[in-house]
Amino acid sequence: MTDPKPLKIAIASGKGGTGKTTLSTNLAAYIAEQHEVVLVDLDVEEPNSGLFFKGELIHEEAIFKMIPQWDEKKCTLCGICTKVCNYHAVIQLGPSILVFPELCHSCYACSELCPAAALPMIPKKTGMLRDFQTGKLHFVDGRLDIGEEQAVPLISKTKKYVAHKYGHVSIAIFDSPPGTSCPVMEATKDADFVILVTEPTPFGLHDLSLAVETMRALHKPFGVVVNRYGIGNDEVITYCREENIPVLAKIPNNRKIAELYSSGKLMYQDFPEIKKSLSQILEYCVKEAKGGRA
Amino acid sequence: MKIAFTSEGTTWDSLIDPRFGRTENIVIYNEESKELTTVDNSAVKNDAHGAGTATAQKIFELNPDVLITGNGPGENAAKALKHIKMRIFAEANNLTLRQAYNNYLSGNLKEV
Repeated sequence: MTDPKPLKIAIASGKGGTGKTTLSTNLAAYIAEQHEVVLVDLDVEEPNSGLFFKGELIHEEAIFKMIPQWDEKKCTLCGICTKVCNYHAVIQLGPSILVFPELCHSCYACSELCPAAALPMIPKKTGMLRDFQTGKLHFVDGRLDIGEEQAVPLISKTKKYVAHKYGHVSIAIFDSPPGTSCPVMEATKDADFVILVTEPTPFGLHDLSLAVETMRALHKPFGVVVNRYGIGNDEVITYCREENIPVLAKIPNNRKIAELYSSGKLMYQDFPEIKKSLSQILEYCVKEAKGGRA
Repeated sequence: MKIAFTSEGTTWDSLIDPRFGRTENIVIYNEESKELTTVDNSAVKNDAHGAGTATAQKIFELNPDVLITGNGPGENAAKALKHIKMRIFAEANNLTLRQAYNNYLSGNLKEV
């Protein structure tokens, strides 16, 4: 942990509800016992890591994305804007141009290619970023406004904030959204190492295999943590062995863990074997990420 | 009057496509000429987003007086269709075009 470049660990999963937040919050708190660490909740559609920490709010800002605004007076109704928009966020209905801000990906094509400069880009608030501190733990959370569909711009801006403000902190943990779509790729693409959390069930395996394909396409080093180990079957373990994917830890299925989680409490202090697992996971990430850089 | 249907096929016996934005076809019935014509809408399959607004734009260009569909348009499409003051009759799920049209004529379809 003497590397001047911070180690970025993303915690992702194919399936939702497998334990990304459980692992992110416990791992971050475990590291913060000794080292400065930043935990970033990039699951901006439903951020919940913050429920586990009572920190002091040290910064808060609104996050904006740029969208076109139609200037009726300048518009010549040539229709170029509607043809260049891949997302059908700008449509022409006779003498009107309609902009659908939630569909807009802020690519600027309509605005830049408008010969009459009738679609200037304006900022639209899409969410909030908040930064808390408790002890050696910095916690940053992106939160998308209700009704907003585009998570990527907020994820990207939250990451930029962290890189700028906490570039000196040696470890950053990114709690990523579930799935394998654009928000997941945005949340994991700069990571030095990705931990995929799964559960040993047919659903868990199915979605894990999609997440594995995604991480391979992104050329990310990754490993698997099996949560709720003991339920379901051993197909996830067999799959990992056949695919040569390292299993970094198995967190046992335990009612007490679920009870602690559902009351917003961390659990690793109560389970020495889980504390040991966290230490092994961290050691593995540090080793792999450094190997990847050499 | 021109009636537009979201349709799985191209004939009176085709089923109403319950989806608005991602309907396979838009079938237009011209009550004056008694003609049934079909516009293929399957290209929207390649669009991850914005199928609703794209199909709404197509409806505008086809310029029907009435739209008969299934689940009803989503929020963005509804906004576009409202802008062009389209009369929309929905909940024609599981009906053929013929049945849906008859229900519309007899006032048995819900206007959105």
